[in-house]
Amino acid sequence: MLLIHCPYCEEERPEIEFANAGEAHIARPSDMDGLSDQAFEEFFFIRSNPKGLHYERWRHIHGCARFFNALRDTVTDRFVATYKTGEPKPDIAAEGKDQ
Amino acid sequence: MRKYSVFALAREAMRGHTGWQEQWSSPEPRQEYDIIIIGAGGHGLATAYYLAKEHGLTNIAVLEKGWLGGGNTGRNTTIIRSNYLYDESAGLYDHALKLWDGLSQDINYNVMYSARGVMMLSHNVHDVQVAKRHVHANRLNGVDNEWLTPEQAKAFCPPLNISAAARYPVVGAALQRRGGTARHDAVAWGYARAASDRGVHIIQNCEVTNIRRANDGRVSGVETSHGFIGAKKIGVVAAGHSSVVMQMADVRMPLESYPLQALVSEPVKPIFPCVVMSNTVHAYISQSDKGELVIGAGTDQYISYSQTGGLHILTHTLEAICEMFPIFTRMRMLRSWGGIVDVTPDRSPILSKTPVPGLYVNCGWGTGGFKATPGSGHAFAHTIARDEPHPVNAPFTLERFRGGRLIDEAAAAAVAH
Amino acid sequence: MSGANRLAGAGRLVPARTARFSFDGESLTGLEGDTLASALLANGIHLVGRSFKYHRPRGILSAGPEEPNALVGIKRDSARYTPNVRASVQEIYDGLQAVSQNRWPSLVFDVGALNDLASPFFSAGFYYKTFMWPKAAWKTIYEPNIRSAAGLGVSPSEPDPDSYSARYAHCDVLVVGGGVSGLSAALAAARTGARVILCDEQAQMGGALHFESGTQLDGTDGFSWAGEMARQLSAMDNVRVLNRTTAFGYFAQNMVGLVQRLSDHLAVPAPGRPRERLWQVRAGRVIIATGAIERPMVFVNNDKPGIMLASAARVFLNHYGVAVGRRVGVFTANDSAYAAAVDLKLAGIDIAAIVDARSAPQGPLIDKARVLGIEILTGHTVARTTGRLRVSSMTVAPIAGGSQRAIAVDALLMSSGWTPSVHLFSQSRGKVAWDEASDRFLPGNYAQDCVSVGACNGTDRLETSIAEASAAGAAMAEQSGHKSRGKMPRTKMETSESWGGGMLGAAPGAGVEAKGKAFVDFQNDVTAKDIRLAVREGMHSIEHVKRFTTNGMATDQGKTSNLHGLAIAAEALGREIPKVGLTTFRAPYTPVTFGALVNHSRGELFDTTRRTPMHNWHVGQGAVFEDVGNWKRAWYYPQPGEDMHQAVNRECRTVRESVGLFDATTLGKIEVVGPDAAKFMNLLYTNPWDKLGVGRCRYGIMLREDGFIYDDGVVGRLAEDRFHVTTTTGGAPRVLNHMEDYLQTEFPELKVWLTSTSEQWAVIAVQGPKAREIIAPLVDGIDLSNEAMPHMSVREGRICGVPTRLFRMSFTGECGYEINVPSDYGQAVWEAIWERGEPHGICAYGTETMHVLRAEKGYIIVGQDTDGTVSPLDAGLQWAIGKKKTDFVGMRGLKRADLVAGGRKQLVGLKTTDPKTVLEEGAQIVADPNQSVPMKMIGHVTSSYWSENCGHSIALALVENGFERTGETLHVPMPDTTLAVTVTGAVFIDEEGKRLHG
Repeated sequence: MLLIHCPYCEEERPEIEFANAGEAHIARPSDMDGLSDQAFEEFFFIRSNPKGLHYERWRHIHGCARFFNALRDTVTDRFVATYKTGEPKPDIAAEGKDQ
Repeated sequence: MRKYSVFALAREAMRGHTGWQEQWSSPEPRQEYDIIIIGAGGHGLATAYYLAKEHGLTNIAVLEKGWLGGGNTGRNTTIIRSNYLYDESAGLYDHALKLWDGLSQDINYNVMYSARGVMMLSHNVHDVQVAKRHVHANRLNGVDNEWLTPEQAKAFCPPLNISAAARYPVVGAALQRRGGTARHDAVAWGYARAASDRGVHIIQNCEVTNIRRANDGRVSGVETSHGFIGAKKIGVVAAGHSSVVMQMADVRMPLESYPLQALVSEPVKPIFPCVVMSNTVHAYISQSDKGELVIGAGTDQYISYSQTGGLHILTHTLEAICEMFPIFTRMRMLRSWGGIVDVTPDRSPILSKTPVPGLYVNCGWGTGGFKATPGSGHAFAHTIARDEPHPVNAPFTLERFRGGRLIDEAAAAAVAH
Repeated sequence: MSGANRLAGAGRLVPARTARFSFDGESLTGLEGDTLASALLANGIHLVGRSFKYHRPRGILSAGPEEPNALVGIKRDSARYTPNVRASVQEIYDGLQAVSQNRWPSLVFDVGALNDLASPFFSAGFYYKTFMWPKAAWKTIYEPNIRSAAGLGVSPSEPDPDSYSARYAHCDVLVVGGGVSGLSAALAAARTGARVILCDEQAQMGGALHFESGTQLDGTDGFSWAGEMARQLSAMDNVRVLNRTTAFGYFAQNMVGLVQRLSDHLAVPAPGRPRERLWQVRAGRVIIATGAIERPMVFVNNDKPGIMLASAARVFLNHYGVAVGRRVGVFTANDSAYAAAVDLKLAGIDIAAIVDARSAPQGPLIDKARVLGIEILTGHTVARTTGRLRVSSMTVAPIAGGSQRAIAVDALLMSSGWTPSVHLFSQSRGKVAWDEASDRFLPGNYAQDCVSVGACNGTDRLETSIAEASAAGAAMAEQSGHKSRGKMPRTKMETSESWGGGMLGAAPGAGVEAKGKAFVDFQNDVTAKDIRLAVREGMHSIEHVKRFTTNGMATDQGKTSNLHGLAIAAEALGREIPKVGLTTFRAPYTPVTFGALVNHSRGELFDTTRRTPMHNWHVGQGAVFEDVGNWKRAWYYPQPGEDMHQAVNRECRTVRESVGLFDATTLGKIEVVGPDAAKFMNLLYTNPWDKLGVGRCRYGIMLREDGFIYDDGVVGRLAEDRFHVTTTTGGAPRVLNHMEDYLQTEFPELKVWLTSTSEQWAVIAVQGPKAREIIAPLVDGIDLSNEAMPHMSVREGRICGVPTRLFRMSFTGECGYEINVPSDYGQAVWEAIWERGEPHGICAYGTETMHVLRAEKGYIIVGQDTDGTVSPLDAGLQWAIGKKKTDFVGMRGLKRADLVAGGRKQLVGLKTTDPKTVLEEGAQIVADPNQSVPMKMIGHVTSSYWSENCGHSIALALVENGFERTGETLHVPMPDTTLAVTVTGAVFIDEEGKRLHG
């Protein structure tokens, strides 16, 4: 069971309080209606699924109920950072150095 | 290849088993192959075997970054069944089931396919509706699947708790008698031996680091930890790592890779005669030839390549097992492990050509790929050899996500209303 | 008397405190504090079990959890039977019953031992090479026989009456292992004030001090010192000391799973006391002090009862006061076995000889043995042993060659060195590294906040271990914010034991050329030859070797066999050990009871049960319930003598003729509030919401982005900025999550707040022509007239004096109301309405009747008539899609090629040719009933009922191009017959909807 730092509660809490919500930073296109089939496929189905650092979304569903973003290594399951929705991506290169 | 038989075994027993050959050879890679298969799991090795056997192609290498059969092939709970809902799925999985029956003789390796029956439990009205939809569709597709009352289910699997007082009582079950289990390692080793015998090169400890493409966009070979190896065609059968490998050819995939855990109990004398699955309480269980109860858990909720998972996933699974089979509460967990399962949006696999000429992909089997091993290899071999899919895998394209013609077995199970 | 081999004055047990127990029915006496192993040995019993494959007689190899041989069944009563219990771990209690396993008809005479004679046939992996002909024999003959041969003990056969418990715990420092190192580390950490948990798998702390006679600490013998340390630690408020507690798993982010055995050692467990407890400890830092495990020697016939690890013999002597033999041989490549010989000799036991594979071992222990006059044969090996049910001799031979000599022994101790227990370290995903100098794997790179100390870290000298452990304890505490306070008292070490030497792989004489079986994995009967055979057959990875031979896969998980197996494989491959690799260790360290992992989550507590406020009323009325998600919903209310069919028919009739009462509380309810509420609803639902007037309701459809139906429900507008949204029963949590997701991440600029109100409201549906008449006198402040409150409207007011949100809506097609009242008043209001309705013949109706009535009207149930592949167009709900909307979730998905292509499955009605025939839900539909299998299926029955109101059966179905097939005859092939059906519209009663407005 992972231990996850909620950037809103500013606390580390056990994973069972959270729901993973898939890859982060996939914005819903604003021109949804004019989206090509290919762009829709990319938006809805295609995922980067990286082996290594992954931007992903979590929801503190049994806590503050907020969605937030995380940068996690999918090989070690270690969290590099968690940050609030809307905040910019942490710089992987800079974060990577700390590892 | 030295044929395996009781006579060969007796002869070797007389002379201390000194005459056995290596089951597969470990050659140095050639500079170029007609076909390279990336991934020496069951599906990759089966693909190579059927390429050689059915299509007469033998200038083939199977590249494996670790040891053959060491991924999901050697980590799964070995359930075999074909009672899927949609015609496309039933066609593909039943193609595999027909090959399972007779596989030991075909590859001269006892894979211990055991048609012990797979029983899927229903716990409420909604489960019954879904199960019966499967039973009827299977029957009209020529796939065996029959409906059992709780009493019939108990007769088929005596440890089952059918008390109406259970939190989720068993209200019926769907039984596929041809379903069952097989010995996972034997499947990998048997295909490896049979493929190697037909001239296929199996190169272990050889990690692919890049897929090279010629100016015309066609694949030209792979860069590996053993250097560059040329190839006219490449089949990617990398299970949990399929996204990673396909990315080497700049193909982004509709896949996510999740940890899937399983566990076994200490071995006991035969007590559990079949396979039982319950989608509602999330567990499946069988007993291995060695006597261990083999228990599959659900996936963790996040993507991961760690081959580990949370303890709470295991405990949740055991809760379901002890609820359905209260006599097992004093049994003990002996070993647990994790695999990496690549999951598609519609929970159906992809066996397909790709936008890159000469590149083929076989992935997305999710939590249930083992059962399809022979059919998957057989159909994928056809796809690579002919550059067009076999009828059984034709619907399982990579493009289906664009148009929306999904084969959504998970959605078909729907959710409780 | 507690056994003939109990030595007066030896060991730490109290001679007066005896306990009676039985083994295979024979009544025996042991001492309180004995393990089953020590008690059996005290009684001269070495033969304890039979091996897996060859059924060879087996004894007790070890005195700890690494035991591969001495597995027994322990039976407290018929429901409390536990198979495969290690005799070396099980403590005896008065009345304990142990039975041997894997033998028939008896342990002494076991027919299965014939396998041993046929053993040349049963080489590693032999089953992959045979049993293939004739094919049919696999299922009928081969497999059943293989299976009945496999497995050791027998499964319990009754539900387990014991209970199990669980705790979560947090601490600054978790110390695993209560030997010298663990105690020292725990004490150092505890003295800083840090919160410390110390656990040890044994009954008492002390670890190797159980047997080390040569260790003196702080002026006392080692074991007493350990007891004193444990007492000191237990007395500290910030420390929790857990004995009989095994750390079995090391998970992500320093979560360690412990299992504590609470009552298996008690003669009479207190009623209700849990048998075991699971601890899930989240530790700031973990100190691993798990010690080392002695390895056996691999030589021919090294498996006979009476042959055991040297350290085990010391434990039996020094702790339990038991002599494992009267004339004991020793075979070693390591100094520690000398200590065993010395202890036994000093206790008056005859040491036949120490056979040392090393040519010139040196050191104080060797000198001591010499001084005691023990014969030491250096440069020698044990070529083989004899004895059927117990070892009777060892044949020794010079390694360099020369004549062999048989020496009579009744026990043989062995040691090939010590394997550091890196299991937990490896589970923490740390990488082990091969230490060339000492031939062992040691902790290398750490992946988590933990540290290994003492023997598991390869620290051999006791003094160094204490220093290392104390420093680690202080450092780990400091890292979690606790400073050392003042000067720490130092443990004074007067004397200690230290050992050198060791070897890996087969002993000299047990090489390729040797005849006979030299066992590596005792339980799985894996011999050195099997491992060489695996290599010969191309198994070049240690994982392949392990799987092919099953080495290390038995219940002991290779604690004594893995390294030997690896060394033999490496030798056969001509490669260095680290190049061949080491199998990854995985949880659990030792087997863990399912019950402990499941603990409280059994029976009623297996899953949450949700009940509505009116539940008890339903129970009182004799309702039959169905499970829907976590809910218990009233399914139907049979009156005396009624079956389900009759009850449902009556309920259906009553609602359409008079009135019925239905508990709709389980529907999900979400309050959508804020200035942008309508805008938000426009995005989340297909319908337009801007023009929905305050006080009016609308049926809403929610899609996923891919265009498929996700949920549905009636939405009422309570104010310009306030919507009362209902969802399906099962859909409530995911709909709220879906809404929150869009609100928080895609449309954060919208001023909208979402609140789940599912639990706030009890919902009473009053449906039928008399609904208004019945509720009217109870309602205050709401004009219920058709004009003032037409179908699909909502008002706030009071009913029975309590606040209500009163919906005029219908899922039955009748004039109806759904009365929301605060949950606490649910039953009171329900009963008031019931009382008013009784003179009108009111009935309560359950979910089955609800299903029938809504199907008569063609209202869909999401999840039954749709399945995640159905779009609103397929379901005939295009009217619910706002035509002028520029965006909503699912809008783009709906336009994808395959969703607008021909051949979609569309929701239609079906009537059977024989009106009495009710189709089976899930039945498949074909156009041509005479085709051969596989048939082309064009759809399936989603809902099907007998309609008492229509006088015929009705069904809904998803059928390919169904909308174009009205009037067409299709066919439903059943196993025994084929039923003809006619495609109809999906509405069977009151197509114009007049009754709704009555």
